[in-house]
Amino acid sequence: MDDEVKKEIILENYSNPSNYQKIDDGSYEKYNTNNDSCVDNLNFYIKIEDNIIKDLKFEGEACAISKASSSIFTDNVIGKSINDAITYIGEFENMIDQKPYNEDTLKDACCFCDIYKQNNRRNCAYLPYRGLKKYLENYINK
Amino acid sequence: MNRSDFPMLDQDLIYFDNGATTFKPNTVISSINEYYTKYSANAHRGDYDISYKVDLKYEDVRDKVKDFINAKEKEEIIFTSGTTMSLNLVASAFFEKYLESGDEVLITKTEHASNVLPWFNLANKLGIKISYIDLDSDYHVTIDNVKKAITNKTKVISLAYITNVIGDKRPIKEITKIAHENNIFVVVDAAQAIAHTKIDVQDLDIDFLAFSAHKMYGPTGVGVLYGKKELLDEANPYMLGGGMNESFDNENEVLLKSLPYKFEAGTQNIAGVIGLGAAIDYINNIGIENISVYESKLRDYLINKLEKISFIDIINYEADGAIVSFNVDKIFSQDVAYYLNKYNVCVRAGNHCAKLVKNVTGVTNSVRISLALYNTEEEIDEVVNLLSDYEKIRNEMI
Ligand SMILES: Cc1ncc(COP(=O)(O)O)c(C=O)c1O
Repeated sequence: MDDEVKKEIILENYSNPSNYQKIDDGSYEKYNTNNDSCVDNLNFYIKIEDNIIKDLKFEGEACAISKASSSIFTDNVIGKSINDAITYIGEFENMIDQKPYNEDTLKDACCFCDIYKQNNRRNCAYLPYRGLKKYLENYINK
Repeated sequence: MNRSDFPMLDQDLIYFDNGATTFKPNTVISSINEYYTKYSANAHRGDYDISYKVDLKYEDVRDKVKDFINAKEKEEIIFTSGTTMSLNLVASAFFEKYLESGDEVLITKTEHASNVLPWFNLANKLGIKISYIDLDSDYHVTIDNVKKAITNKTKVISLAYITNVIGDKRPIKEITKIAHENNIFVVVDAAQAIAHTKIDVQDLDIDFLAFSAHKMYGPTGVGVLYGKKELLDEANPYMLGGGMNESFDNENEVLLKSLPYKFEAGTQNIAGVIGLGAAIDYINNIGIENISVYESKLRDYLINKLEKISFIDIINYEADGAIVSFNVDKIFSQDVAYYLNKYNVCVRAGNHCAKLVKNVTGVTNSVRISLALYNTEEEIDEVVNLLSDYEKIRNEMI
């Protein structure tokens, strides 16, 4: 992905984020993720049925990177099984840890492939991944 | 002014985060270096020359601090690791002993975490109540609001002299007067004030004062607690160990040293204290009043320029400190800081450890510029220029 394309994807997802909505509906569960260093504070609303993530929305305060990342993330995760979502999170972690990763799984999230270079921004991009990972760990153990 | 005194300024950067910590002048750095290279021994072990020299230097700094804040006696100056430790020390060593269930502590919603959490802790331990003095529309403390907040249960008022987000200076002298008429103690967090304004603890009649060396051109990890002697005498020790006891035989026979050593357990940050002494000399050479005047002019200059930018929302037009907090329309503070960083400009974004502020300003986070004596109008011009182009900020913030 060239730099201009990456930047365009990030700005577009920041300006018009997908799945950016506050949900007040009993069929969703809410979880919060925040980031000390960056004051990002996002609520996610998730609906899981038959081990499939049927829907995922988010809302709150965030910098451009975590908002754009959450937008791409929700687009990519909706419709995935819990196992596939965990695989997807693992691929993203591989990417920001500079390990080999699968571009086809990550799709637009590849726009953050250079983010490891800026430690504070790396946490911002990783924010939605960290949040869902923690949520799913609890969900599976329930 | 005095830019050549600061080796950090040899780098190509604009440092506008002085509220977090300041750069150190050569004299401070060399005083620490000298301790480690010329007389690196422990204090209070004066059996040989270099150790005796440490004692003299260390105690000489206590005198300097005493004069700097015009304390009555040098025993009233306790060296700590910084403002945070000083405030914890006051809360635990004095007020935990003194306060009773139902008593009230007055603070405000613009205090730093270090002047909030030690009181919350006492609230949980002792059942005391934390109440808040209302702020006016500029988020300032007024005497009327202090009077309104005082009840017959109020025992402590604990306030920053200058706050770290709004930069307002509290009318401490008037507050201590009213407080003392009502048998209320006043604790002052001077972290943001100490390098910007003259503090005379006797004139202001402050009971306890806390500050850090690193925000006044001194080293990190060292600070001061000032307390009136009769109050410190009554306080429990905060930490126990070497250096603070006179003698002990068994758990029933421990004799503590007198002030100030009662509060200085363990080997102290000797290099830090010596560096603090050099920082005080540095400020005194320039004159704190001159610093104050210079920084006010600089702040006015910055405000005048920023307010002309239509998409910038200034949170604190009025302030005595050298702090300006603002937001760029529809752009998250962190992104603005990130953008400026690309041009080697250091500013702070976030909630600045004052997490209650959002309840009064409605703004959860902001960009903060905090100035120091070495900042210049040219630097301000450069930063204002960077902030004047909305499209550029948006394009380069990622
Ligand atoms: C108003 C205020 N109080 C307390 C502190 C804490 O100071 P330190 O971290 O040096 O203990 C700060 C530092 O940011 C401050 O601005």
